[in-house]
Amino acid sequence: MLPAINIGVLALQGDFERHLLHLKKLNVPSIEIRKPEQLNVIDGLIIPGGESTTMAELIDRFGFRDRLTLFFKDHAVWGTCAGAILLARHVDDTRVRPFGVIDIKAVRNGYGRQVHSFFEMVRLNLNGSAATVEASFIRAPMFENIGRGVEILARHENHPVLLRQGRCLVSSFHSELHENPLLTAYFIDHMVRPADVSIEK
Amino acid sequence: MNFEDKAYKIKVGLAEMLKGGVIMDVVSSEQAKIAEQAGAVAVMALERVPSDIRAEGGVARMADPDIIEAIKKAVSIPVMAKCRIGHFAEAEILESLEVDFIDESEVLTPADNANHVDKWRFKVPFVCGCRNLGEALRRIAEGAALIRTKGEAGTGDVSEAVRHLREVNRDLKRLTVMAKDELYSAAKEMRVPLNLVQMVAEAGRLPVPNFAAGGVATPADAALVMKLGAESVFVGSGIFKSSNPEKRARAIVTAVAQYNDPKALAECSRNLGEAMKGVQAATLPDEELLQIR
Repeated sequence: MLPAINIGVLALQGDFERHLLHLKKLNVPSIEIRKPEQLNVIDGLIIPGGESTTMAELIDRFGFRDRLTLFFKDHAVWGTCAGAILLARHVDDTRVRPFGVIDIKAVRNGYGRQVHSFFEMVRLNLNGSAATVEASFIRAPMFENIGRGVEILARHENHPVLLRQGRCLVSSFHSELHENPLLTAYFIDHMVRPADVSIEK
Repeated sequence: MNFEDKAYKIKVGLAEMLKGGVIMDVVSSEQAKIAEQAGAVAVMALERVPSDIRAEGGVARMADPDIIEAIKKAVSIPVMAKCRIGHFAEAEILESLEVDFIDESEVLTPADNANHVDKWRFKVPFVCGCRNLGEALRRIAEGAALIRTKGEAGTGDVSEAVRHLREVNRDLKRLTVMAKDELYSAAKEMRVPLNLVQMVAEAGRLPVPNFAAGGVATPADAALVMKLGAESVFVGSGIFKSSNPEKRARAIVTAVAQYNDPKALAECSRNLGEAMKGVQAATLPDEELLQIR
């Protein structure tokens, strides 16, 4: 038996319901995180897509900043799009104050405005095995200045789009808008499950 | 009409990202910055807010591209803009300006009394207003990636938005319990393609997000429409026609994020200054109603 886990999805704004649907598909217990104290009852956190300026503002307004900083020290976290921007070490825009959990620079709307948003099948390299996932890039950020300790798990036209450092995963695209919960399963099985932590470190 | 089309999914995807947020009407880059700092997920670039359009009368049209460009430069959040109903030339202009969403809006004077814009042929996503499920589905059949209630814009009276949300929800519930052979006449009555009606009856929900608009003026109004099932809130005149726009904008953002927490709502409702004065929607004569367009 695998130990019971509970996954939180930050529900201040954005497509958090889509992440919850993928977790439900995988039969993983999950909750919407709307108050800082709810971080105490979860084993891993997903920060969804949405507007990073809005989320950063609400994180400060609702007293999440310090609690999240502590949480990220010893828990798994996955940020998609806006969530990825919040987890980066640097952001190209002073309007968003990031947490610096992963050693990259996020360039907001790196691909341009909505008319330049696009869909692609993205090839992933997860633990040495290749897989493909449907990916929507929506006003997506670009990742630059990738640090030495950061592993590139997927690229699109040479730009890194899925990155991991320790227990922090970031994607510039949305797989949660599509059917296949492959990436959610990877996050749960390889980054959240406590049995895995010693191996991954 | 292909809802599995990847280009369409990218449009609905942006609507998904706007969920749980507030989209604010702004007429200048200064207002746009205030909106962004308050936590808005997007701004709607306009020349006049709905209450001024209502007060001044005349023909209301797409905003001057200069205003839209200035607002685009001022903020990093998505910028929406309105075109007149059926005015696909205005829509093409807005697309060339790379706005992130086009609102084919009853707030502006309709350009075509029989046809809406064919929204499938655009790369930029469209939002359209509705009063009931039939209207919502007709707009979705035309390619809208997001639906909002019409409410009665520029009144500061939330009652029409409430009516429209309840109508859509009630019609949706009714569809889900109909026998299969009843869906043909439902489609005919609503003037909606049968396959779309069948799809919605099966899913029990719209294939695109459903936001509220029209008359939201207070944090409590915003919480009310969220509780009734709206997934985000458009605020038109309610913010910049109030006595303290910064504070009210912040409060409405808080209210949408915490709509199920009455204590948080009480806290953010304190000391906001005067709300927009407004006008009771039920007292308006038919010729002044925007929602029947």
